[in-house]
Amino acid sequence: MTSILIRGGRVIDPSRGTDGVADVLVEGNTIAAVGRGIEAPDGAQVIDATGKVVAPGLIDLHVHLREPGQEDLETVASGAMAAAAGGFTAVCAMPNTDPVTDNQAAVGFIVSQAQRAGKARVYPIGAVTLGQRGEQLAEFGELVGAGAVAVSDDGKPVGSSHMMRTALEYARTFGIPVANHCEEMSLAQGGAMHEGLVSTRLGLKGIPAAAEEIMVARDIILAELTGGHVHLCHMSTRGSVELIRRGKEKGVRVTAEATPHHFSLTHERCEGYDTNAKMNPPLREHEDVEAIRQGLKDGTIDVIASDHAPHHYDAKEREFDNAPNGIIGLETALGVAIRDLVESGVLSLPALIDRMSTRAARIFNLPGGTLAVGAPADVVVLDPTERWIVRPESFRSKSRNTPYAGAELVGRAHQTVVRGRIVFDIRTA
Amino acid sequence: MPTDAASLALGKDLVGLETLSPAQLRFILDTAEPFKEVSERAIKKVPALRGKTIVNLFFEASTRTRISFEFAEKRLSADTVNVATQGSSVSKGETLVDTARNLEAMRIDMVVIRHGSSGAAKFLGDRIASNVINAGDGKHEHPTQALLDLLTLRDKFGRIEGLKVAICGDILHSRVARSNIWGLTKLGAEVGVCGPPSLLPRDIEELGVTILPRIEDAIAWADALNVLRLQLERMQAGFIPSLREYNRVFGVTRDRLARAPKDLVILHPGPMNRGVEIDSDVADGEHSVILPQVTNGVAVRMAVLYLLAGGTGAVAAAARGEAA
Repeated sequence: MTSILIRGGRVIDPSRGTDGVADVLVEGNTIAAVGRGIEAPDGAQVIDATGKVVAPGLIDLHVHLREPGQEDLETVASGAMAAAAGGFTAVCAMPNTDPVTDNQAAVGFIVSQAQRAGKARVYPIGAVTLGQRGEQLAEFGELVGAGAVAVSDDGKPVGSSHMMRTALEYARTFGIPVANHCEEMSLAQGGAMHEGLVSTRLGLKGIPAAAEEIMVARDIILAELTGGHVHLCHMSTRGSVELIRRGKEKGVRVTAEATPHHFSLTHERCEGYDTNAKMNPPLREHEDVEAIRQGLKDGTIDVIASDHAPHHYDAKEREFDNAPNGIIGLETALGVAIRDLVESGVLSLPALIDRMSTRAARIFNLPGGTLAVGAPADVVVLDPTERWIVRPESFRSKSRNTPYAGAELVGRAHQTVVRGRIVFDIRTA
Repeated sequence: MPTDAASLALGKDLVGLETLSPAQLRFILDTAEPFKEVSERAIKKVPALRGKTIVNLFFEASTRTRISFEFAEKRLSADTVNVATQGSSVSKGETLVDTARNLEAMRIDMVVIRHGSSGAAKFLGDRIASNVINAGDGKHEHPTQALLDLLTLRDKFGRIEGLKVAICGDILHSRVARSNIWGLTKLGAEVGVCGPPSLLPRDIEELGVTILPRIEDAIAWADALNVLRLQLERMQAGFIPSLREYNRVFGVTRDRLARAPKDLVILHPGPMNRGVEIDSDVADGEHSVILPQVTNGVAVRMAVLYLLAGGTGAVAAAARGEAA
């Protein structure tokens, strides 16, 4: 049995509320011991984590890996490697692939591609409706049986309220969340950025905050009606945060995620028609960024998810109107989060690990998110103070579409351990 | 007034008026003055751009602007080529960046671009070494239209500063409105905007304009009205109920103007929808400057082409002297 001793780091485990210098011993694919002065077993790999943080591996509930269908942008393998380099030990892959991940064979394909890659774990998310067309429910039972951990039509909303209602009801059978992309399409159609002063000046069609908030309100009401678990993807507006807060106060089963870009960038980033600032939901206003940060702090927003969305460089090399939405985020999420949440005093480092790991595991009912003895050996060793410059050419992702190119971020994964194997090591990367 | 040549230089491209200084705007208008006269000559040609090649790249239909640019180029002795997207490689799916690179490879000097996407002119200008002039990009800017509006107002009133100009109609979708707002406010005019709230863009008042809720308010307030074209497809898209009602509530009519405290100067960038945003007897009336706008369009575009090609105000003045 192979073993790894991670020695002398600050071990933060939100699942047990612990934070202190300790050694972590991994044996096989589980956590064998956490404590001080652990001796390295014969033949163990030793990672000196002095001055570093040792935490449960990060978990990203929202990525697009483009396989099958657009393997030139990303594959399960390249995405899983990018994830590992970003400190993630598990990611959840959205089903808007080509063909859509709406049946057990498609789910099984992603599972097997992930196993073959052997980097970060990849959990498929199945489609809510066949072909994501919003017309007929996918076979949730088959999807779950093949390894899906949630259902979503992400990329577009479940537009029909009736369909969303039945999805929430039916998903209860399997104990999975329905993750919705909240956008009221008759308000959002054709929009290229947030509706506000910047869209007015640039002459771009805006997407009002109301387009998101109407759908958030609907979904919370339907979750209350059905008792189902609704997970709200990439929340971007202060109004959404307020609606979720009220929903949670009433005891509705609603969870929510926010992306690093929505708590770090505003619509002003679209100045100059920079298509790497084009995403859906769009970058919003300063007050929205503040509300998202506050929501993460008080737990209204449960988790940070990257919405990693690879695009080819020449797809973004277009008129703003015609460029695709989305940016990649797996390799920058941690650095943006530490810079803009921890350094700015919004979250403590343990609270950040909670929002990027422990809580993510809990709300999607995934393994990991803990360093408890006997838990899967999914661990990240990170330097929370390292300042580094984003150089997209060195990304493991196949794509380069990031608004953070050249930005200075703070904090970076040094080693990522998945199932007891070091899948990323900055020293040999 | 200090006229430091470096601070007046327009740079490589003219994408919009938002980034220009008041001094630069005045400099363009002043440069246009001597060029007005060129078009009045029997032989309407000066050699200022001889040997320069200019491509007029029109991705959207245009009559007035394209012909105006073409006359401006020819009267400056440039060699010009017109590319309309129908029948070009664009209709075969070529991207804007590839179109740009191919033009560049033919060693052209300037591109005049009209495009349906906001930001297209800047996109092109950032990717090619040639000068780029924006002839209208999406809903963003139409700088030469606003410049000709400014020149026409200055002709009529002898000044821009202190004028009250109401821009009326579909502000939301109008690049003419945005360029006019920048140009007018920078030169010290007061700007009002008037139209159905469904056709006013969000936070427009933060650009330093006053919202005039009703056309009667605009007429009572303004020295000049710039009446925008109402695109017929706005009705289908649900922004207004009907053209008929638009005319009844927001139309610039003789009856409404008759109740104004003073005679208003009427501008319209064309093409007009007679009987919708403007009535024929107003468009053709004694206070309309709609045709002088078109005449000034050529002079303003000559000035812009000339200045971007590296011309100076002094040479323009010499051109005037030579003609006298």
